[in-house]
Amino acid sequence: MIVGLESWTLARPEIFLAAVTCLLLVYGVVRGEASTAFISGATSLAMLVTAVLLFMPYREGTAFASLFIVDRLTTTMKAMVLVGSAVTILMSCAYFEQVKAWRFEYPLLVALATLGMMLMISANDLMALYVGLELQSLALYVVAAFQRDSVRSTEAGVKYFVLGSVASGMLLFGASLIYGFCGGTAFVEISKALLDGKGAELGVIVGLVFVVAGLAFKVSAVPFHMWTPDVYEGAPTPVTALFAAAPKIAAVSLLVSVLMGPFKPLFAQWQQIVVVASVLSMALGAFAALRQQNIKRLMAYSSIGNVGYILLGLASGSEKGIEAVVFYLAIYLVMTLGVFATILMMKRRGVMVEGVPDLAGLARSHPMMAFALLLFMFSLAGIPPLAGFWGKLYIFIAAVEAKLYVPAVLGVLASVVASYYYLRIVKVMYFDEPAETLDAPVFGITRVVAFAAAILVAAFSLAPQPLSLIAAAAAKGLFP
Amino acid sequence: MTIGLGHYLFVAAVLFTMGILGIFLNRKNVIVILMCVELMLLAVNINLVAFSVFQGNIVGQVFAMLVLTVAAAEAAIGLAILVVYFRNRGTIEVEDINAMKG
Repeated sequence: MIVGLESWTLARPEIFLAAVTCLLLVYGVVRGEASTAFISGATSLAMLVTAVLLFMPYREGTAFASLFIVDRLTTTMKAMVLVGSAVTILMSCAYFEQVKAWRFEYPLLVALATLGMMLMISANDLMALYVGLELQSLALYVVAAFQRDSVRSTEAGVKYFVLGSVASGMLLFGASLIYGFCGGTAFVEISKALLDGKGAELGVIVGLVFVVAGLAFKVSAVPFHMWTPDVYEGAPTPVTALFAAAPKIAAVSLLVSVLMGPFKPLFAQWQQIVVVASVLSMALGAFAALRQQNIKRLMAYSSIGNVGYILLGLASGSEKGIEAVVFYLAIYLVMTLGVFATILMMKRRGVMVEGVPDLAGLARSHPMMAFALLLFMFSLAGIPPLAGFWGKLYIFIAAVEAKLYVPAVLGVLASVVASYYYLRIVKVMYFDEPAETLDAPVFGITRVVAFAAAILVAAFSLAPQPLSLIAAAAAKGLFP
Repeated sequence: MTIGLGHYLFVAAVLFTMGILGIFLNRKNVIVILMCVELMLLAVNINLVAFSVFQGNIVGQVFAMLVLTVAAAEAAIGLAILVVYFRNRGTIEVEDINAMKG
């Protein structure tokens, strides 16, 4: 089989990123530790260039014997993933330098993980899906344990690895059943087999359940969330920022393209699973975070809750639901990067602190930082008119239009409960007796990121229209 | 008695369940967990190859090759992470992996 030139042009951004990563790896091996700063910068730059390549020139279609698909939705998701990864690499430099773990492998592993995410997003076949997912996961297992002299970081790596490989195994078992009962691994073949009346077969349903379970693990939806709090707390903070941003977007995108693509004919079956996972995630994200004192752990539960809302949009199964998912993901990405940039600035006498009580009196010592965090927390809590509110609103509208009344009401209630712990952070910053003050944030990338994220949250709050137009255009990719 | 597709699928399902149970019931050693993960992936391979042979469709065997390759990479990375963990803690007992709780 000859792969036409068209295939290579469609996969141009991925090929570029892969080539740059390999070259930088060689450079790093030759130059050693001295090259870390250069490689970090070059990798982030390469990711941004890759993001530009996605759109210039923009092309759609399937490539490599339809293993690989490019459309509006995949392009938008890839752009978000690339921005998330590039920003987290830049934010990690100061942190790793301080803990003396600044090695050139880190940006390269993140680049490889990002490449895996792009392949996942563009997967149009169960094999491509699996290979992309593993490329992402294997790199991320190492990244979680990257601070290798820290007990907590390596323990996070062990936990992530063990539970992650169980999830991959389940996904794979499901994929093998689907292959067997549908007679092919390509999404087109699966969809055709299901439309021909194989949908009712038990084997396909069991396979679908296994695949959804594997993917639910990757997006950390309840009941497959148990790794999230430990890994988020244990991993080095910039790595946690990465985990909360890019891989989550990629996994949600994969879940959307698998369920809304080949498994569209089984909508009635998977909708129930997704609704249950969504309601449980929203509830757990709201209640379990109430008593957390560690802000990274709190953000882990917050991200579980956010995944619940995203799944609710997916469960509505309509074009509007997918549009809401894309919109929510974009806002979630900005808020998450902003919060973690602020967490990375929390230092006392040069040592990183991550407890909620450490923020006491921040409004008096560092009013700008406190105000930025206030903006993110209000937005995460979904207080109108901030960006997070619009995200939740679109999700609930889509859910109500799909007649998911009970889950939508439960979602609103969960977001009321969740606002308690977001507002508690604001209260600690503004009204508690000042603790020993935190160090003044030095001028650096993290500060720029926090500032930019705050500006973006404010902009999305005042004018959500442009973003929702982009989301609508992306959702069109699934509903031609 | 001829051996049909159902027999292969049954063996694979049993192996897969043993792998999952091994991971969740195992209280001893993380290495055993790695072995259980390999068991799950091998069960998947039996499934894929059996389907491939009985349907006369080569895709399943290609998939099995990919799974074998990725499983090797996964084992390598898992062992590497375990080695750095062991250097910090001096133990790989499952019950001792508890630095974080909440």
